[in-house]
Amino acid sequence: MANTTSTPVSADSNLTARALREGFYAGLISLGLFVLFVGLKTDQNILNELILVQRWGLLAIFVAVAAVGRFAMVAYIRPFMERQKVTNLVTGLLPDSVATRFFKLPVFIAAAVIGLGLMIFGGTISASISPTAGAYLSLIRGAAVVYTLASVFFYFRAYIVANFSMLAIIALILYPPVILALTGVQGSLKWVDNFGVQILIYVMLAWGLNIVVGLAGLLDLGYVAFYAVGAYSYALLSSYFGLSFWILLPLAGILAAFWGMILGFPVLRLKGDYLAIVTLAFGEIIRLVLINWTEVTKGTFGVSGIPKATLFGIKFDASKDGFAALMGLPMSSAYYKIFLFYLILALALLTAFVSIRLRRMPIGRAWEALREDEIACRSLGINTVTTKLTAFSIGAMFGGFAGSFFAVRQGFVSPESFVFLESAIILAIVVLGGMGSLVGIAVAAAVMIGGTELLREMSLLKQIFGEDFTPELYRMLLFGIAMIVVMVWKPRGFVGSREPTAFLRERKSVSGSFTKEGHG
Amino acid sequence: MSDMLLQVKAVETYYGNIRALGGVDVEVNKGEIVCMIGANGAGKSTLMMTICGSPQARTGSVTFDGQDITHMPTHEIARLRIAQSPEGRRIFPRMTVYENLQMGASLDNLKYFNEDVEKIFTLFPRLKERQAQRGGTLSGGEQQMLSIGRALMARPKLLLLDEPSLGLAPLIVKQIFAAIKVLNKEQGLTVFLVEQNAFAALKLSDRGYVMVNGKVTMSGSGKELLANPEVRAAYLEGGHH
Repeated sequence: MANTTSTPVSADSNLTARALREGFYAGLISLGLFVLFVGLKTDQNILNELILVQRWGLLAIFVAVAAVGRFAMVAYIRPFMERQKVTNLVTGLLPDSVATRFFKLPVFIAAAVIGLGLMIFGGTISASISPTAGAYLSLIRGAAVVYTLASVFFYFRAYIVANFSMLAIIALILYPPVILALTGVQGSLKWVDNFGVQILIYVMLAWGLNIVVGLAGLLDLGYVAFYAVGAYSYALLSSYFGLSFWILLPLAGILAAFWGMILGFPVLRLKGDYLAIVTLAFGEIIRLVLINWTEVTKGTFGVSGIPKATLFGIKFDASKDGFAALMGLPMSSAYYKIFLFYLILALALLTAFVSIRLRRMPIGRAWEALREDEIACRSLGINTVTTKLTAFSIGAMFGGFAGSFFAVRQGFVSPESFVFLESAIILAIVVLGGMGSLVGIAVAAAVMIGGTELLREMSLLKQIFGEDFTPELYRMLLFGIAMIVVMVWKPRGFVGSREPTAFLRERKSVSGSFTKEGHG
Repeated sequence: MSDMLLQVKAVETYYGNIRALGGVDVEVNKGEIVCMIGANGAGKSTLMMTICGSPQARTGSVTFDGQDITHMPTHEIARLRIAQSPEGRRIFPRMTVYENLQMGASLDNLKYFNEDVEKIFTLFPRLKERQAQRGGTLSGGEQQMLSIGRALMARPKLLLLDEPSLGLAPLIVKQIFAAIKVLNKEQGLTVFLVEQNAFAALKLSDRGYVMVNGKVTMSGSGKELLANPEVRAAYLEGGHH
């Protein structure tokens, strides 16, 4: 782009030629990438034989999207971005000059009205029109809501950035009642359970893993093992001994912490890649034990009929002294889900609180020092053995809490839920969020888990790609794309700079986060 | 001087089967500055690391303040108040200068932190200016000051310095060596340093040792060694400054 200062006409034609060329290559590459994955599909026919299904139409769409996308990117979007200086280098967001043109008050009001109206009356409208129109309606609703929220974020950005944690906690506390009011008791199930609880479980797991990976710098690929230990502790102890959730929750945490130490001992001398491999193996060992120790764990069938949690002894069932009856509410599983939402919210906040407190305490400082330089740590009199073991066991403890919550939420656990992919997703969330940053990790979890859940809502995509297109199947693809985009755009994750824990008097205006790291 | 603080006696250290130290004897008395000079790969840093217990000496003994520390783990040796500014400085790059200093004071759980940090800031005013900056963003000289400052925060009885002049401009080296002198004169701090910069190190030190291929070949007072023709030929006039 350096020599585009010649005559504008030739520059334009150059650009178009280049865009055409790059678009062609992008199409070619995506053809090569997708020809076997998308173009052909193995299936079973009625005789149970394996047959090849050819999907050239779908393949053509993929290739066209890649080629046209690349062409538009090079020919129009990138020059436009450069002309407008659209992205701010520091924040990666729109600069004010562009954003004020984009977010206008009348549009905002219109979007808010449309969004709110469709959210309330959308159900009745879409019932009376064709499913295609209904799908478009939900798309419009989604766009209006996103625009409204983006405008709110834009106009109150200073306030929001300054008080993000507090606002986020308030929003989360208000979330279930607002959803109840908007969608009704039955409609709230999806939003509270699939989005709220699901995301918060991952937030909690990622915060727990953050203690091990983000603070202590010990790359743990088998974190799901502790999640499994917590889940099975609750499942087995409650079904064999009938103990209640509130007793087993701390117990599951302690057991997971114990297993964290068991893992910690053999890997004390390992670092980086070697540590990662051993922790990965540990995760698989736990899963295989759960599969094969059938007398106790019931193997792949899993443990079912796990008792639900109670609120001060009040059960969430249809009985006369159940929660719904006591409160004078009609019986619905939605109340139990809301209770679970607050429970996991409390557990996640506990995790955050403990990590924040620990960072300011000697043990937390030792973790961070350990991540930076183990030899320097030892020469300062820090016992790296106990430091590593506490990191493993405290991280594992929160995994155990989350696991027992998972068991009580599902009412069923099986080794299927604790595969390596789960560890990878949790680790990806920690890395995407920015290692060590609680806010960044929470945002990453919301985007990644919420995004994949949203794919289930994308019935519109079925209209484009045909009835047998299931968007959920592409969620790992999107997960990968999102990771690449974030890592290109912000190599250290959403919140990449580490927040210091101590200051002598006042913060210096320019801190090191804006300067390059030197090794001179 | 009978007030011996550190005694290294016939120490042999191996990396696998390779002998890095072949029977080294070094003594450091209380209140002294002692230096070990030698060429690249002579074993100076290995001696420093052996004193700190990583790697541990295979034969011979290391005694500190009357206590045998040959086979103690590194962190327990550090708790006896042997503070080290390791080779390559090894500050914590993503932590601020202030936090780095806090880490130095973790032995006493920050009990004397506030008074000690003021002393460090008087000794190295640059660190005070840079206190909110991340360690990795400091210049080499500032990192060396931080590394020494962090070691001093532990209130050491013995300060070990591994090549404090490595990769620094002559002016900065002067500043740092002046600071070591001040610490020694005013607080009576005992210092043991290894250096390639033989001239500066010998001028600073009360006594010095010369190491060649894992063995001590010469020893004497700083002035004697400076005047010694062999030392001059090998370390002072042959391109080393």
